[in-house]
Amino acid sequence: MNIKSERLADTVNRAGQTDPFMVGGKVLSSRFLMGTGKFKNKAEVRDCIRASGTQVVTVALRRIDLTRHEDNILEYLPPDITLLTNTSGARNAAEAVRLARLAREAGYGTWVKIEVINDSKYLLPDNAETVKATEILAKEGFTVLPYILPDLNIARALVQAGAATVMPLGSLIGSNQGLRVKDLIQILIAEIDIPVVVDAGIGSPSQACEAMEMGADAVLVNTAVATAGNPAGLAQAFALAIQAGRQAYLSQPPGPRPFAKASSPLTEFLYNESTAS
Amino acid sequence: MKISINGKTHALTGPQPLSRVIQGLCKNNPYVIVELNGDIIHKDLWQSVQLCEGDRIELVSFVGGG
Repeated sequence: MNIKSERLADTVNRAGQTDPFMVGGKVLSSRFLMGTGKFKNKAEVRDCIRASGTQVVTVALRRIDLTRHEDNILEYLPPDITLLTNTSGARNAAEAVRLARLAREAGYGTWVKIEVINDSKYLLPDNAETVKATEILAKEGFTVLPYILPDLNIARALVQAGAATVMPLGSLIGSNQGLRVKDLIQILIAEIDIPVVVDAGIGSPSQACEAMEMGADAVLVNTAVATAGNPAGLAQAFALAIQAGRQAYLSQPPGPRPFAKASSPLTEFLYNESTAS
Repeated sequence: MKISINGKTHALTGPQPLSRVIQGLCKNNPYVIVELNGDIIHKDLWQSVQLCEGDRIELVSFVGGG
């Protein structure tokens, strides 16, 4: 089945009008945030942005490789995209704050994903340093989207600190394992008033759909799209799954039961009831 | 005169404007973000900032990331 990207854009726009997603004062019609790392080439990033309908992409800051010339990722991003600077590489709050300020001073906006990691095996975020960085940057007017291990106390502290969203991981970065901490994410969805964006470990559209169906406000996906056999195809599938999950959530699905409930009445069968088994 | 650029020591002939070092290493790359001794230096000021012995420059730009 080949779904035209124009129809997808229409659906996304309609969703934005009837079910808007607000972050930092901005109204987004897409609940699909996308990462730009690990792609085979930068042209694929551009194609996937188009296929996904995403309006927010993450980028990172690194030292320039002075030994060679390379195209810059920014050349492949549409002009109206919102840049979400990821503080990846930061090992503590001070380093995260420095990276955020660098991006802003250079004119690349004030949206920042705080990612503070000092464990290279599991890439688990340092929740405490993330709260510290959020406090500083939110006071300076940044729109802060902090990446965390789902923890209700930390999430409450982030709300107090002025975060625009909380971004709990689903499973380890790049692992494609889905919602391994689903119950902890569910707690955040139930108790936290700012948007909950599930970020990391979402490996398939069905997992993204699952996150949306349980009430997440959005998801952020990178590895699964970037490393797919057909990245643009999977980006489109993700977009559809995220919309399906959101619509399912809004339509209040009934949930599982422990016993059967017949679809048709258990009376007026076309045989005598006394001979029925 | 020795300065550090992206963590590596470079020898310069003498004091010179920051812009000359950036131009020499990055050509006309419009995406360079510059930090000098921990301070972010806006592009408008590159010409007027003079480098000194021991200065630490970071030349940074955006890359793909999650």
